[in-house]
Amino acid sequence: MTMITEIQQEVTIKFAGDSGDGMQLTGTLFTEDTAMSGSDLATFPDFPAEIRAPQGTLAGVSGFQLHFGSREILTPGDDFDVLVAMNAAALKANLHLMAPGCTIIANTDGFDKKNLRLAKYEDGQNPLENDSLAGFELIQMPVTKLTREALAHSDLSTKDKDLCKNMFVLGFLYWRYNRSLDATLDFFKQKFGRKPAMMEANIMALRAGYHYGDTVEAFTTRYEVKAAPLEKGTYRNIMGNEALVIGLITAANKAGLPLFYGSYPITPASDILHSLAQHKHFGVRTFQAEDEIAAICAAIGASYGGNLAVTGTSGPGLALKTEAMGLALMLELPLVICDIQRGGPSTGLPTKTEQSDLLQALYGRNGESPLPVIAAYSPADCFEAAFEACRIALQHMTPVILLSDGYIANGAEPWKFPKAADIAPIEVHFHKARDNGEPFLPYERDERYVREWALPGTKGLAHRIGGLEKEAGTGNVSYDPANHEYMVKIRQAKVDKIADFIPEQELSIGPKQGQALFLGWGSTYGVIKSVVKDLLQEGYTVAHAHLRHIRPFPRNLGELLQQYDKIIIPEINNGQLCKVIREQFLREVIPYNKIQGIPITKAELKGFARQVLGHRA
Amino acid sequence: MSAKDFATGQEVRWCPGCGDYSILKQVQTVFAELELNRDEVAFISGIGCSSRFPYYMDTYGMHSIHGRAPAVASGLKIAKPELQLWVITGDGDGLSIGGNHLIHLLRRNFNLNVLLFNNQIYGLTKGQYSPTSEEEKITKSTPLGSLDHPVNPLAFALGVDGTFVARAMDRDAKHLKEMIHRCHAHKGTSFLEIYQNCNIFNDGAFHTFTDKESKPETTIFLEQGQPLRFGANLEKGIRLDCFRPVVVDLEKDGLSPDDLWIHDEKDLCKAHLLARFFDDPNHREQHYLPRPFGVLYAVERPCYEDLLHEQLTTAVRQKGEGKLDELLAGSSTWEIR
Repeated sequence: MTMITEIQQEVTIKFAGDSGDGMQLTGTLFTEDTAMSGSDLATFPDFPAEIRAPQGTLAGVSGFQLHFGSREILTPGDDFDVLVAMNAAALKANLHLMAPGCTIIANTDGFDKKNLRLAKYEDGQNPLENDSLAGFELIQMPVTKLTREALAHSDLSTKDKDLCKNMFVLGFLYWRYNRSLDATLDFFKQKFGRKPAMMEANIMALRAGYHYGDTVEAFTTRYEVKAAPLEKGTYRNIMGNEALVIGLITAANKAGLPLFYGSYPITPASDILHSLAQHKHFGVRTFQAEDEIAAICAAIGASYGGNLAVTGTSGPGLALKTEAMGLALMLELPLVICDIQRGGPSTGLPTKTEQSDLLQALYGRNGESPLPVIAAYSPADCFEAAFEACRIALQHMTPVILLSDGYIANGAEPWKFPKAADIAPIEVHFHKARDNGEPFLPYERDERYVREWALPGTKGLAHRIGGLEKEAGTGNVSYDPANHEYMVKIRQAKVDKIADFIPEQELSIGPKQGQALFLGWGSTYGVIKSVVKDLLQEGYTVAHAHLRHIRPFPRNLGELLQQYDKIIIPEINNGQLCKVIREQFLREVIPYNKIQGIPITKAELKGFARQVLGHRA
Repeated sequence: MSAKDFATGQEVRWCPGCGDYSILKQVQTVFAELELNRDEVAFISGIGCSSRFPYYMDTYGMHSIHGRAPAVASGLKIAKPELQLWVITGDGDGLSIGGNHLIHLLRRNFNLNVLLFNNQIYGLTKGQYSPTSEEEKITKSTPLGSLDHPVNPLAFALGVDGTFVARAMDRDAKHLKEMIHRCHAHKGTSFLEIYQNCNIFNDGAFHTFTDKESKPETTIFLEQGQPLRFGANLEKGIRLDCFRPVVVDLEKDGLSPDDLWIHDEKDLCKAHLLARFFDDPNHREQHYLPRPFGVLYAVERPCYEDLLHEQLTTAVRQKGEGKLDELLAGSSTWEIR
């Protein structure tokens, strides 16, 4: 039989299985390999909140979606071309997102009576055996059985052997997409260095899957996706939380300060703590505090002591940190508060994404308490956003809230990373020691209304700060009415002034004026840009602007908004940026909101846009 | 140097007659005796009457938020281990809203000092009962008497493995000074509970311990290596009958001081027993045990900040100093030409 290789422009694969089936790892390894092959890509991991949700059930399905191609890839894909279904529940939970003609790779061992019952298929109905999947390309393989056979000579228990079945599938996909196994084999060596039997078994399962494609004569086609025309340079694959960590360490390095990270574990921010704890050789001090409040308070203490202090959390934790954020604002000390948003309110949807903490970040404190707020828009962008948050905090002596979300945090994309030497330093000044006996004025300000950072231990600067209202200049406790009003206004002016030190708002795509501006922030970047791109091709005069700085806004934002007939704001919340834009610019806006814990799809947004825009300009 | 060298220009705003004045005076005096450098000291407090303390010490200081001083101090100590840190808190700030943080501060054993001013009442909010108030306390918020069983601060501190646990009182300046010296000398978290009279909302709460008449009968002052003796003429003592402390009369029982419990501040078991000398002196029935003052327990254990900085050094030794370009590139990269 002749084997042909078909070239594809782009492919979306969904890896789906039980939450114990290792789908996240399978997806991540395939993604790494895809990135190395030069494709552009975007991923979307989607998993249950339970570590091991009830086996075989619909609630227990864990998924990993990868969209890759030889052209620009901005989203993980609305639906998929290939579904890997490790059991019946995985098929049932995902089938509605597949068009006829697409491919289903099914592990037949996951479609036994018990699995079918748990997936709530009717008695006696097996989708692999009735004709319900007619129209799809159905590839059936008894993965569990084949893996056990491949490992027949291994001393591992059957339970351990079964843990390798995801590698059989991965091997098969590597065959199908004409890939080399080398990177994954290297990964096994690192991961299982101390467990040679497990390493051997994973290697055998991976190879068995690869050879299965070759030897079973059922397959006539292999596929290839060429490298994407990305900008020239050196790339790596990166996930959002990882990029954020690198951004923080880089900022500390460029500021010449030790990095302190105080945190309490919370999904989806915990990986920041895990990753920073791996970087102690960069001088990173990680402190797993007893609670969210202690985490930020310890960071405040570290900031008082001259560290670049950061705390990280998600929505419920941000709520707990509220009072301490007010303290940091009053103390006028640098601090970065990372909020990796998830579905709320309350405990909400811990593993699902949402952009619903914007108003909490902007307004969620007692008193008049403005803090700069900035947002990351993609996994790789977390690097820039984290660096920028640190820069503003250090140079303007203020706490800064950095918003990311679960989708960005766990998503991945190729990153053309910078060289250390090309990154500008962050200049930081500490108040110098003195012994002339003159009183030290801790709340004296420069032309940007910024006070100086005075470190305990510095000769001649002994001073007291605290949460009570400060007297201008001296920082002494003051209940004077006029002083309070002055201090409230100067703290606001200090934050407003930051607008002079950030870039003007640019368009990501589209003409400088026209029918509509799509205004976004955070993780909706990819979907908005790709929809606007399509609309432009269809003849609409539309543009896309994506906000990095939400407080203060870039100075030209108001003017930019005036250049378009309509302002459309897509958000994964109930219209939070809309409220802010309306309030600040007295401008009517058109919200597009999806609040389902999952990203906005391209088709949804495009459909909405066509409806709102009507005719082409 | 004198106490005045550590006073700030700020007007002290505690109520006239408050026990806090005495504590402030003794801290300033001890600092002068130790000739401490003001630039190397920081006071961190929470909220409450006692937490105004940093404003009155001419050192570095932060008046933080309610209950969180231990957390702020932890971060500061990690950032600047060489600073001498004093956490000032009260029974409400430290044992109610901030109780959680105190647990973790003590078990982590940062090298810093905690002075907990215990007046068994909420002063700054004007007179509600506190977690150390006695049962059935009538206050504004408990007109029919409080229902809460009180916290025993020293038993709490021992329970979370504090390495230095001691008690003093505002009215015994000499002993208080000695205890502040001991706190300063201890490497690790020293926890000193100070009985402090709130003459406005809870006047006389500790009268029985501080009053000249009753003090000899109701208190016992611990000294390392010395027998546990009390009474106007030190005629009484404590003996251990297995694990049961018993009050004895040396003369009547025909005992010598050597027969008594000899205080050993390194003995955790005995420290736990001493912390449980917590009888209400106003209800002195047969088995009343005097309230111990002094150092109940003092041992050394590695300090959190030292361990943390050791890990940083070890990481550099094992992996080499982190290189930014390697971090940016990660483990696998590819070129687009």
